[in-house]
Formats: sequence, structure tokens, C-alpha cells
Amino acid sequence: MFPDQLVELSRLQFALTAMYHFLFVPLTLGLSILLAIMETVYVMTGRPIWREMTKYWGTLFGINFALGVATGLTMEFQFGTNWAYYSHYVGDIFGVPLAIEGLMAFFLEATLVGLFFFGWDRLSKVKHLAVTWAVGIATNLSALWILIANGWMQNPVGAVFNPRSMRMELSSFGDVLFNPVAQAKFVHTVSAGYVTGSMFVMAISAYFMLRGRNREFARRSMTVAASFGLLASLSVVVLGDESGYTAGQNQKMKIAAIEAMWETEPAPASFTLFGLPDMKTETTHAAVEVPYLLGLIATRSFDTKVPGIKPLVAVNQDRIKSGMIAYGALETLRQHPANTAASATLNAHIDDLGYGLLLKRYTAKVVDATPAQIAQAAQDTVPNVPALFWAFRFMVALGFFFILFFGMAFYQASTHMLSRSPRWFMRLALFALPLPWISSELGWFVAENGRQPWTIDGILPTFLSTSSISLGDISISLIGFVLFYTALAVVELYLMVKYVRLGPDNMAAGSRSMS
Amino acid sequence: MSWFDYATMREIWWLLLGVLLIGFAVMDGFDLGAAILHPFVGRTDMERRITINTVGPVWEGNQVWFILGGGAIFAAWPLLYATAFSGFYLAMILVLFAMILRPVGFKYRSKMPGARWRGIWDWLLFVGGFVPALIFGVAMGNALLGVPFRFDDTLRMYYEGSFFGLLRPFPILCGLVSVAMLTMHGGTWLAMKAAEPVAGRARKIGVGAALAMVALFALGGLWVARLDGYQILGNFAHDLDSNPLGKHVAMVPGAWLLNDQAYPWMLAAPVLGIAGALLAALGLAAKRDGLAFVASAAAVFGVISTAGLSLFPFLLPSSLDPNSSLTVWDASSSHLTLLIMLIATVLLLPVVLAYTAWVYRVMRGRVTAEQIDSNQSSY
Repeated sequence: MFPDQLVELSRLQFALTAMYHFLFVPLTLGLSILLAIMETVYVMTGRPIWREMTKYWGTLFGINFALGVATGLTMEFQFGTNWAYYSHYVGDIFGVPLAIEGLMAFFLEATLVGLFFFGWDRLSKVKHLAVTWAVGIATNLSALWILIANGWMQNPVGAVFNPRSMRMELSSFGDVLFNPVAQAKFVHTVSAGYVTGSMFVMAISAYFMLRGRNREFARRSMTVAASFGLLASLSVVVLGDESGYTAGQNQKMKIAAIEAMWETEPAPASFTLFGLPDMKTETTHAAVEVPYLLGLIATRSFDTKVPGIKPLVAVNQDRIKSGMIAYGALETLRQHPANTAASATLNAHIDDLGYGLLLKRYTAKVVDATPAQIAQAAQDTVPNVPALFWAFRFMVALGFFFILFFGMAFYQASTHMLSRSPRWFMRLALFALPLPWISSELGWFVAENGRQPWTIDGILPTFLSTSSISLGDISISLIGFVLFYTALAVVELYLMVKYVRLGPDNMAAGSRSMS
Repeated sequence: MSWFDYATMREIWWLLLGVLLIGFAVMDGFDLGAAILHPFVGRTDMERRITINTVGPVWEGNQVWFILGGGAIFAAWPLLYATAFSGFYLAMILVLFAMILRPVGFKYRSKMPGARWRGIWDWLLFVGGFVPALIFGVAMGNALLGVPFRFDDTLRMYYEGSFFGLLRPFPILCGLVSVAMLTMHGGTWLAMKAAEPVAGRARKIGVGAALAMVALFALGGLWVARLDGYQILGNFAHDLDSNPLGKHVAMVPGAWLLNDQAYPWMLAAPVLGIAGALLAALGLAAKRDGLAFVASAAAVFGVISTAGLSLFPFLLPSSLDPNSSLTVWDASSSHLTLLIMLIATVLLLPVVLAYTAWVYRVMRGRVTAEQIDSNQSSY
């Protein structure tokens, strides 16, 4: 009924387009605030070099911003084109933050960003500064609404199932808005964006330093980026811990998988620094452990247990059985809407309806599932443990590297040593450029792959969420995206490199008319 | 009946859907039109840059009308969102590619000096304007004919058509109406915002596009009278939980004119469409460019309203299983969601309009070659 290939290709397309989109988003988040800071210094001191800095980094910001806006369109469209059942099933809740994002944040940033570029000679200094800040704040507000939507996928609060409309419906907007997972994700994600923006400015400034060009320009840019980057990298790691904490509450399976923790350990659980998780034997080979650390991160206490994968599978097996009862009652209710007994049964088991739906992979009727099928469906609730284990560890290692790197940069900036900084540090800054992007993508991989097999945690399985389109259609669009996006990436990189090389000293030469 | 009961909220959201779609067509429509006109109104590189720079400072904001339209359909009409976007799959992907190509084209074309580079982008910009304009019209035409979809009892949608099945004669006519309309609209924008000789050429083509739109739109009206429309049979409560499987629908010849017959004031919409386009043509011919732009916007309002009012209360009829058709009263979000979205819209949309107006005021005046040369940020 739901061909696995369709599900896999739809997931692949979503993953590719989302990860591609997120190449542009963090830089937009970080640079927009850095531009506002630089322009504030310009307005306060009146020194033209700060205006030049705002304009130069603004040009690079613009090249990046266009593709961020354009590829964001794909993200919104794709829920309708490729995840139609998802859109029907949770659009009542999920659509709201997306629509409000457009109205409150995206409109503001997109409408005013034109004035940032074209308004220098048409606006007073202070008005232009206000425009720049508005763009920066709106960009961040945009991230807030998107992460409220994503946070709801991780921790679906404030919604109830309605058997007559066969979907989830909003019951408390406040719960969706103040979802603790969304709050933690927001701070973590924008901090990651600030790290990205700071690293971008550091790396390109280091390029100028190494070439001996625009030294004053580069030194000032680095001072701003080093301070901002240090704050941001501290925030991204500390508040990453915060999102580990909330995952511990809502997504026990995700944190158990990240830790490759097969059994429940006595509290407080230890943190596995290194190991080789094995899905088949359900063990982790060659594990190196730090005592107590995981228990502290995940539960903030010494005596609360962190459940392991195998006990969680056993719990899920019970929930699947309960979900079968819920599904049976729902079927009765569809035939006889007035049947109060069925309605009472459904209400009693409603929290497990989603677990019942996991069986649809094996039997269309759900209620006739065999014990083997139930066990299989319960096993499906374990995500890809080795991939999560390693993605998480690389991400965290990069986080600590950023603290160290920006710490060194900040020290040099505050002791006026940046202009005499050793060449190896400048080379390090240049070659560290891709690292924030790598850690951001790993972070999203952990968040989204760790939620599998669900699109909405505990409510809607991924394999039920797709559209009923043909394999031919999804293949055409997937190939189209790969070709089209690759071409855009080539053009984007080419232009970026060209404008970086031109530097602030040769800016005007870039866009001149053909002679 | 009270103002905030479920049935009324659904009708309010039907109106707001119209407001957002018309907002999109008026605001993003002129830059789609400008992109269509782009290779024809500019002959030298500088003339082409003038066209792009009239749109340069505002395209990002305009694009949000499109995004907001999508978001609002998602939140207020989730079944319509799921059905239309996945049903028209390849057409939607094409629109998407075009909507990505166009902004990238505005932004990147003038970043490199080569004649070939710029020449390629000029035609990509044309494609980026023409394709969405055509497909939006074709989609509207298919909505009027009915679309081959049905639901199973879990409300999973199955679509039994193909991409080429969309290209029937009547929808193609609607696609041409849409292209002519947005070309006219882009023409009035360039007439108002571009320096000569771009503005003069845009006036000439704009007059032709306006007259073509009037002729095609009138032809479409005659055709609709002979089409099978859709009609709900029997009593149908307007405030039940959303489920499109609880009603009976029949195909009836000429049913799309029933609303106009019952409520003659609705004829104001097609009249506005035609009168607006004629006034836009006159305005262009007389070089009253501001007037022409307003008249053209009114025409856009009239044409889209005409289609929406004929369909009411249908959003998307099903030709495969008419009972599965999506209507205003059985395809919406929950009462609470509609209410919250209404509050958000009432609070935020006026603010959006206010700062948008401010941006256009700051950027007022014609775009000239001297301005482009003196600003580093020019496209």
C-alpha cells in the first residue's frame, strides 16, 4: 500500500533540500546581526571604515540571502507536494506557526532587506541603521516560528485527535507557543547561526591578513567576530545541553540511541565517550565511559534513571497493543458515529493511536496484527544508533573546538595582538571556515533522524505521511532538484569567491556595466 | 449566527484566501510581468538593468506574498493544501523551480560582466516569469473543470490524473488569460518606474496585453457558461467538523453561473476585470502611468474574484468523485485555528501594509542609468 521506495525517495528529497537550505540559513542568521553591530559602531563613531565594513559584508550577505529565500520556498511547498497526508493530519497545528512566521517575521525581513542595499543614499544614518536592525531581528524571529513548528514535531503538545475529521486539531495555542523543546531549539539554533556568521567573518578576514590586504578592515572585522563568536559558541554548547535535557523528557528513545545505551543503567548513568554500537547484537563494543555525566545532562539529578533502548522497546510494544485497541475503536466509530462505548475506548487509548498506526506497515487492518508483527513494529521504533552516536559526538567536539578557537581569537583581540597574530592562527581561521556548517548539518541530522520512525513523535509514522504520488513523479523531481541545486551552488560559490577576492578595496569594479 | 461561529469563520477565511491570492497577484504579479517583458523592452545591457532594478529593491518582499499564500492555505485549508499541491505535483515543482530561478536571476545577472552570462540570465528571467504565470492560470482552469481526485475513509487523497492531463483546452485558455494579465500588470509597472526608452516600449506591449486579456477573458466567460459546473445537493450543515465525505455533489451544466444569477451584484467582478484592463490600456496610451497601474491592479482583482465567486462554495471540485470535492464548509482547519489565524492576520497584516508602503515611498521615482551607475548595490 505504501511502497517503501516512495517513502525512502521522499525522505531523501526532503533531507537533501532541507540540508541545502540550511547551508544559507545559519549564515543569514549570524551575518544579519553582525551587520547591525558594525553599522551601530559606524553611526556612533562616524568612522567611514565601519560603513565600508557594513557594505562589504552586506554584499556577501546579499549573495547568500537570495538563495536562502529561494530555497526556503521548497521547504514550505514540499509539505504539500510530498507529504500530503502529513499536511492533512497535522496542518491544523503545524500550519499556524508557518503562516505567522510569514506575517510577522519573513515579511519584515524581506521587505526591508531591499532598503538595506538600495537605501544608503535615500535614508538618514539612523533610519538606515533601524532598517538593518529590523532585518536582523526579523531574521531571528523567523527562526523562532520555524522552530516552534519543528519543536512541535519533536514534542507534540496542545493538540487532540478528532475522529470525525481524521486528524490532529489544535487544543491550546499557548502550549504550542511555549513548548519547552521549541524554546531550547530556538536558542541553540540561532547561536549556531551566530557561530557560523562569526567564523565566516573570521575566515575571510584571515584571508586578507594572510595576503597583507585591507589589514585595518580585517582587524576590526575580526575583533567584532571574535567577541560575538565566543559568546555564541558558549551559548550553543551550554544550551545544547538544555536541548539534551528536554530530549530526555520527551524523546527518551532519541537520547538512548545517541548514547547507544542498550540497557537502563543505575542512576546517574555514565556518558559513553567512544564506542562501536552494533545494531544486530544490541551492544556497544570498545566503550570508553565517563561516569555520571549522562544522568546529569539528561535528568539534572543523581537519582533519576535514564532508560535504555531495550526496555523502551518493551514499553513501546505495550503501547502498540494499546494502539491496536484505539484503532479498532476508531474503525467502529467511523461505521457508527453514535457508538458511545467505542468513543470511550478510543479516548482511553488515544495516546497510543499513533503506535497502532506503526502496524500499517505490516497489516492494513492493524487490529489483526500477529505477535511477530507487533514485535517487529516495536523494533522499528529504534532509530539508526551508530549514525546518531557518531553524528552527535562530532557535533559536540566541533562545539568545543569553537569555544577554544574564539577564546584564542578574543584573547588576541582584547590584548591588541590581532595585527601581530601568528600565521598559523590565521591559516587555522581560514581552514576552519566549513566547520560550523558541518556541525549544524550534523545537529539537524541528530534531531530529525533521531525522531524516526515518526514525523510527529508518537503520533504519525513517517511512512504514512507521504503523498500518494507515483515513483516516476518523485524520481523526476528528485533528479531535477539535484541538477538544479548543484547548478545554483556552483554559481553561488563562484560569485562568493569572486567577491571575497575582490575585497572591500575593489568592490565597485565588480558590478559595473559591460563596456 | 454570530460573527465568530464556525460557519462564519470559514466564510471569513474564504474571503481572506481571496485577499492573499489577490495580494500575491498584484504585488508579485508585477515582477512576474516585468520578468516576462524583460528581454523585449530592453535592447542594451543598461536598458535591461533598468528593468531589473525597478524590481530589485522590492522582489524579496513580494515573494513573501507567495510564501504567505502557501502558509495560509496550509494553516486554514489543510486539505486543499494537501490535495492541490500533491495532485498537481509536477506542475507545482515547475512553479517552484521558476520561482527560485527568478529571484536568483535578479540578484546574479549583473554580478558578472560577460555578455553571454547576462544573455543567458535574461532568458532564464523570462522563463521564471512566464512559467508561473501560465501554470497559475492553468491550475485555476482545472479547478473550474474539476480535478480527478478522491479520498479513502482515512482521508488519504488519491489523484488519478497526469501532468499532461492538466493541459486541456479550457485550462490553457485560462493560462493565457493569466499570462496576458500579468504582462499587462508588469507593463504598467515598468511604464511607471523605468526610464525611457524602456517605459515607452513597456507601454506599447502593455496596451496589447491589456486588450488581449479582455478578449481572452470574455471568451473564457462564454466558455464557462457551457461547462459542467458543480452543485451541492440537499441540506448540508456549515458548522460540522471538516470531512469532505459527508455531502452529495452533482455536475450540472452551467452551474458556475448560478451564483451570478442568484446574486447579480457578483457581476461587478467580471465587469471590473474588463473595465480595469481597458482603463489600463487607455492610461498607458495617454502616459498616465500611475492611473494605468492602479487600473491594472483593479483588473487583477476583478479577474481573480470572478473565478473565486463562480466556484463558491467550492474550493476544488473533484471530477472523479464529486462527493469528495473540497468546499468552504468541509475542508477548513478547526474553529480554534481559524480564530487564532484571524487574530494574527488582523493584527499583523496592517503593519505589513504600512511598512511596505513606506519602502515604496522611499524608493519612489523612476530608475535611471545614472542611478544604477552610482550605486554599488545595483543589480
